[in-house]
Amino acid sequence: MAQPATKTYKKRMIKDGDWAWAYAFIAVALVVYALFTAYPVVSAFLISFQEYKPLGSTYIGLDNYAETLRDDLFWKSIRNTIKYTVLTVPVNLLISFVIAILILPLRKRLQTTFKAVYYLPAVASGVTMSVVWLWIYDPLPEGILNQLIGFFGIHNQNWLGTSDTSMFSLVLMSWLSSHGTSIIIYLAALLGIDDSYYEAAELDGANFLQKLRYIVLPFLKPTTLFLLVTGVIGSFQVFQNAFLMTGGGPDNATTMVGLLIFNNAFKYFEFGEAAAQSLILTVIIATIALIQFKAFGKDVEY
Amino acid sequence: MALYKKTHANPLVRRARDGAIVFVLLLFALATLFPIYFMVISSFGDAVEAGAMNYTLWPGKFTLDSYKFFFDYSEYSLRWIWNSLIVAACVMVSNVVFAGMAGYAFSKIRFRGRNVLFAILLCAMMIPYQVTQVPLYILVVNTFEMENTYTAMIMPGLVTVFNVFLAKQFMSSIPTEIIESAKVEGCNQFRIFFRIIMPLSKTVLAVMAILTFMDSWNTFFWPLLVTNSMDMQTIQLGLKNFRFNSTTYFSPMMAGATVAALPMFILFFSLQKYFLQGVTVGAVKG
Repeated sequence: MAQPATKTYKKRMIKDGDWAWAYAFIAVALVVYALFTAYPVVSAFLISFQEYKPLGSTYIGLDNYAETLRDDLFWKSIRNTIKYTVLTVPVNLLISFVIAILILPLRKRLQTTFKAVYYLPAVASGVTMSVVWLWIYDPLPEGILNQLIGFFGIHNQNWLGTSDTSMFSLVLMSWLSSHGTSIIIYLAALLGIDDSYYEAAELDGANFLQKLRYIVLPFLKPTTLFLLVTGVIGSFQVFQNAFLMTGGGPDNATTMVGLLIFNNAFKYFEFGEAAAQSLILTVIIATIALIQFKAFGKDVEY
Repeated sequence: MALYKKTHANPLVRRARDGAIVFVLLLFALATLFPIYFMVISSFGDAVEAGAMNYTLWPGKFTLDSYKFFFDYSEYSLRWIWNSLIVAACVMVSNVVFAGMAGYAFSKIRFRGRNVLFAILLCAMMIPYQVTQVPLYILVVNTFEMENTYTAMIMPGLVTVFNVFLAKQFMSSIPTEIIESAKVEGCNQFRIFFRIIMPLSKTVLAVMAILTFMDSWNTFFWPLLVTNSMDMQTIQLGLKNFRFNSTTYFSPMMAGATVAALPMFILFFSLQKYFLQGVTVGAVKG
């Protein structure tokens, strides 16, 4: 089939000349891509081997990489990022999954309403939400969260101000943020499971939990993998909340890799080191994504 | 759904079950919506320093003093909203047109290098933005010397790969016969795109427009990097500055946060359908 297709394709290309239109149509996209994505990536490689100065950088080989790997703060930021990812991504997936399952039996209108309600917080910007959460975490006894835990007889906490609780505060924010996207994706996948599977299971006398275990979970594996991989990738780059709420402190307890790179670049203007670190981050992210595909993706069909 | 036992034999059981489910769902919804509720309620409080007031969870007082306080903070506060609007609108329009065009070319026109080019584009989605951030900053600020301009804020976002991908996915489902017959009638590709493809792709283009606008409105770091004067800042930056300079003014800060978020809430409530559709359109892998 491929043979005749290529033949007519070549003939048509010469005959009607649409290929010129095609290049015209993709021109803007390609130029923007080349200028603002491709070139910066190449440039990042070059900068990572330099001691960058606005006038006349000097090549210093692998020094930036060596420096980074020796830097305790870099490893601490990696540990923080992993801690944050492990605490947020799986929990958020579980929350979305449970809610999607709960929404499923409702009537269509109610389904849509809940989807919208859960999506709503996502339309507010990160800055907006950080400003609000800052006051929820007010360390004074009058602070909303302190009032709440005071109700249960717990002493008031300096949520963002001590290294014991600052990471947890960012994690809690993530748990209570919008799960709308993953809920909607899960729900779409759930609606795609054919009823005949459930009917067959019912004939065999399966109960709700068994159906969940033997039908829903295997069917949702590709969806879960997709959400897991994108969630982990996203979480490794996240630093907006840390930047806006704790500034990475106290004592770098909430310094994520993303924030470290940002600070190196735009606070200390160590462009070379920042570029090297960002490339190391890329390698880490790619490795983790690959491991996830290998570990969980074996029997996933797309 | 058949995951749940069909309990039509006893409607009472079914109703009790649904009631319990809705209760649990509402409980969690309350938790995630609480920050927004808290923000809006508190924004109507007095514009006094935090020490002098108490947090309230019930709408007792209604005054717009805090909004006034926020807008009086800087002579440019209205301009921030205007700046955000300009940047977001330009990015949105350019994405709809150019990502739409590219998506059409990649899905429906055959040309040499099509698959290779598309694969190269897709690679971009796997690169963390930390990698491009520094060189992009150097390029725009040092090489192009565009610091503090709308162009600097708009240009890197003119066409995003994600939107090209979105358009291509959707447009490949348009029957090729329509395009063929338009060509027989003597339509050139330019007219085909604007007269046939765009109207047929209304849904995906609307989704794209809305999500792009929202992203651009809410974006924070890029404008932070390329602006250095109050008059060029976007509302997100203005809010951040306000928060750092008036740390104890609780209600005005909430008023500012509400101002920054309100346009998106309005957009969401009026175009909810497209927001929710956008999620599933975007998640389809190809």
